[in-house]
Amino acid sequence: MEFIDYYKVLGVDKSASLDDIKKAYRKLARKLHPDLNPNDKTAHLKFQQINEANEVLSDPEKRKKYDQYGKDWKQADQFEQHRQSQGRSQYGDGKEFSYGSDSDFSDFFESLFGRGQRSSQTKFRGQDYNAELKLALNDVMATKQETFTVNGKNIRITIPAGVENGQVIKLKGYGSPGVNGGPAGDLFISFSVADDPRFKRSGNDLYTNVDVELYTALLGGDITIETLTGKLKLKVNPETQNGTKIRVKGKGVPVYKKEGEVGDLYITYNIKLPTNLSEEQKRLFTELSKLN
Amino acid sequence: MQTGEMITVDEFCIHHNIESSFIYSLKESGLIEIEIIEEKIMIPYEQLSSLERIVRLYYELGINLEGLETISYLLQRMNEMQQEIVRLNNRLRAYETI
Repeated sequence: MEFIDYYKVLGVDKSASLDDIKKAYRKLARKLHPDLNPNDKTAHLKFQQINEANEVLSDPEKRKKYDQYGKDWKQADQFEQHRQSQGRSQYGDGKEFSYGSDSDFSDFFESLFGRGQRSSQTKFRGQDYNAELKLALNDVMATKQETFTVNGKNIRITIPAGVENGQVIKLKGYGSPGVNGGPAGDLFISFSVADDPRFKRSGNDLYTNVDVELYTALLGGDITIETLTGKLKLKVNPETQNGTKIRVKGKGVPVYKKEGEVGDLYITYNIKLPTNLSEEQKRLFTELSKLN
Repeated sequence: MQTGEMITVDEFCIHHNIESSFIYSLKESGLIEIEIIEEKIMIPYEQLSSLERIVRLYYELGINLEGLETISYLLQRMNEMQQEIVRLNNRLRAYETI
């Protein structure tokens, strides 16, 4: 456990007055408050540090103890025993921000001041949690249910078909429990949808390249391709050119939360020329070329 | 008492230990919407999260109503831009995998 220089955290001198500390804290709090820095973990961490520093330095008794024992925090217990023997047991009520909770305080703080020293009875909403759920592209082709664990709690959620990479959903009340009977925070789940080597996705449409034999492209015929939802039979028109793009309606990604609406699949034909021609094939191609 | 997806202004204010006049001033400035149902003044549940944020900013950081309006607008813009970045990243990723 490392010593935390609360004066440095707030950017004030050791001789700073209570007013200086309040000003410094307020200035930093306005910059680092989690409501102004959503999803910024660094700002959140710094906010907890300044909250903790303010908790100590704005309370004369805590500040005195910190100044006296801060660097030698291991002696704090002796101080505590001595203090209790003198019949004093209450610290002052420090104004706190509702994002704090006992667990937000550092080990250093708790070793010096103990747990549960926050005496406010105000009801505070619990902290929001953030989680990431990794999905493959074919996972978003149909609505599915998945169970996962957040902070030791099993949560079963429905993942609607068509979720996009980076999309965030909110589960009300699945965050940290509230303080003093306050409501629980929310759980924000961010979906990370992996790329698929065969298909690229643009919104609800899918794009893919399909190899077609030269003879099928020239004379027409049927081919079967793999899609994210199974095999698909296609009719190739005679004299299909290389790079021809076709649209297969309704074979893309389902539209998020719009039942029955599905994007399209765009297929680009890649005509494969034969290699290692036999003498007979060469002769026939030569004859064909003469017809041109 | 919750009525469907609503909470009364009184209950919200007791819960957060704030004056109901603050809620009405937020309504006046257009930062929140409140509804009157069976003579009770209610806050729609979907506004709770942003309302709680406003309460924190007002009471904890001492930001006045004008500041709250500006912050709410900028946070909304920031959220829209973050979503746009996600969309653009997804499109860019699609081109990069060709």
